[in-house]
Amino acid sequence: MINITTPLTEDVRKKLKAGEEVLLTGTILTARDAAHKRLCELLKKGKPLPLNLKDAVIYYCGPTPARPGRAIGSCGPTTSSRMDSFTPQLIDLGLAGMIGKGGRSSEVVDAMKKRKCVYFLATGGVGALLSTKVRSCKAVLFNDLGPEAVHKLEVKDFPLLVGIDTKGHNIYESGRKKK
Amino acid sequence: MREIDARKIREAVTELCLKANFELRKDVLKALKAALSKETNARAKNIIKVVIENAKLAKRKRLAICQDTGLVSISLEMGNEVMIKGDLEDALHKGVEDAYRKGYLRKSIVSDPLVRKNTNTNTPCIFTFNLVKGDRLKIAVSPKGFGSENKSAIKMLKPTAGEKEIIDFVLEAVKKAGADACPPFVLGVGIGGTFDYAAGLSKKALLRPIEAKSTKKHFRKLETDILKAVNALNIGPMGLGGKTTALGVNVEEFPTHIAGLPVAVSVSCHATRGAEKII
Repeated sequence: MINITTPLTEDVRKKLKAGEEVLLTGTILTARDAAHKRLCELLKKGKPLPLNLKDAVIYYCGPTPARPGRAIGSCGPTTSSRMDSFTPQLIDLGLAGMIGKGGRSSEVVDAMKKRKCVYFLATGGVGALLSTKVRSCKAVLFNDLGPEAVHKLEVKDFPLLVGIDTKGHNIYESGRKKK
Repeated sequence: MREIDARKIREAVTELCLKANFELRKDVLKALKAALSKETNARAKNIIKVVIENAKLAKRKRLAICQDTGLVSISLEMGNEVMIKGDLEDALHKGVEDAYRKGYLRKSIVSDPLVRKNTNTNTPCIFTFNLVKGDRLKIAVSPKGFGSENKSAIKMLKPTAGEKEIIDFVLEAVKKAGADACPPFVLGVGIGGTFDYAAGLSKKALLRPIEAKSTKKHFRKLETDILKAVNALNIGPMGLGGKTTALGVNVEEFPTHIAGLPVAVSVSCHATRGAEKII
């Protein structure tokens, strides 16, 4: 098990290999379809993003609301491939890592290799369990989107698997061969 | 005639939405445990263990099993001797709204598929209504997430096609669903009827407990054959390999036209949720 923290700097990213289990501690930002669309619309208009993505980690997640006394509700990953068409632009701005489930397009993998970005997998459909690894959750951008707003999460030992590493090695290709 | 107050239906819908989101279906949990004992891939075994642990925690702490608390589908079977006092449709939507507010469940519905503004109530729900004999009302609620819903598929096969073509089409849908739709899956297969009816049958199949097999021998065989073929794909839990790609396959069938053989596959994730009640 490898412990990593945010900001996720390039020297740390380059050491991670597809298939390795990691525990992530620090700050991550949630963003899913609608938020990605808005961020890329801002870029298209030539406007600066209201987020600093340098060495940042984006989690494809729309959590359930927190019950009183809890930091967050259930918070598992959503399907990453829906974000593929937006992702290379964010990687170009310094995005260090992404957390989701499922495979990615070759365009995303190419951008990842170029900028030394890492794609992590979180286990899908176990959002209740993952919520126990979140210390705080606050909506910070596009609050009108409700569950699709960008939330800032403080996580402690958030369990992940390196899905695609900075060299483009992919767990879905290597992992299934092992019986 | 037996009168049922719409307020009672609203309360039942709320109760069922909460139960479905917090307590994994007993048959699904049982199938996960059975899969755990059969699975030989170490990573696959670990994932199934985590899934079972998540279900236990969700039930104990009243947390959503999955953050995608879904679009709520309600299946109503109403006896012909039942009379509803009040507004039935309103009761269904209000029942869902109450549950999603009280249960801290995610509101995932947008009011318009293109404008995409969140309704913040998780409504409207979708419901199907069937008349049956008797004086009772059966309500079955299934909140289904879209990670798997996005991978459901339908195909109009030729009438001369047979079991092999059906199995091939299901395999094609399962391969496309892959890691994205949170395997191990529960697969609902609808065969026959019309384009829309086959899709409805595939959803109906998902409502049936996994261990309740088709009443017809050749469809029971088809269920077994599909399951075997799907589990030979080595997609496995979360798409990382293993023999547990599906927990179960349920087929529902209906007469169809001489010129066609509609087949629909509803892909459902390992968090296949549902709850039902008879009033």
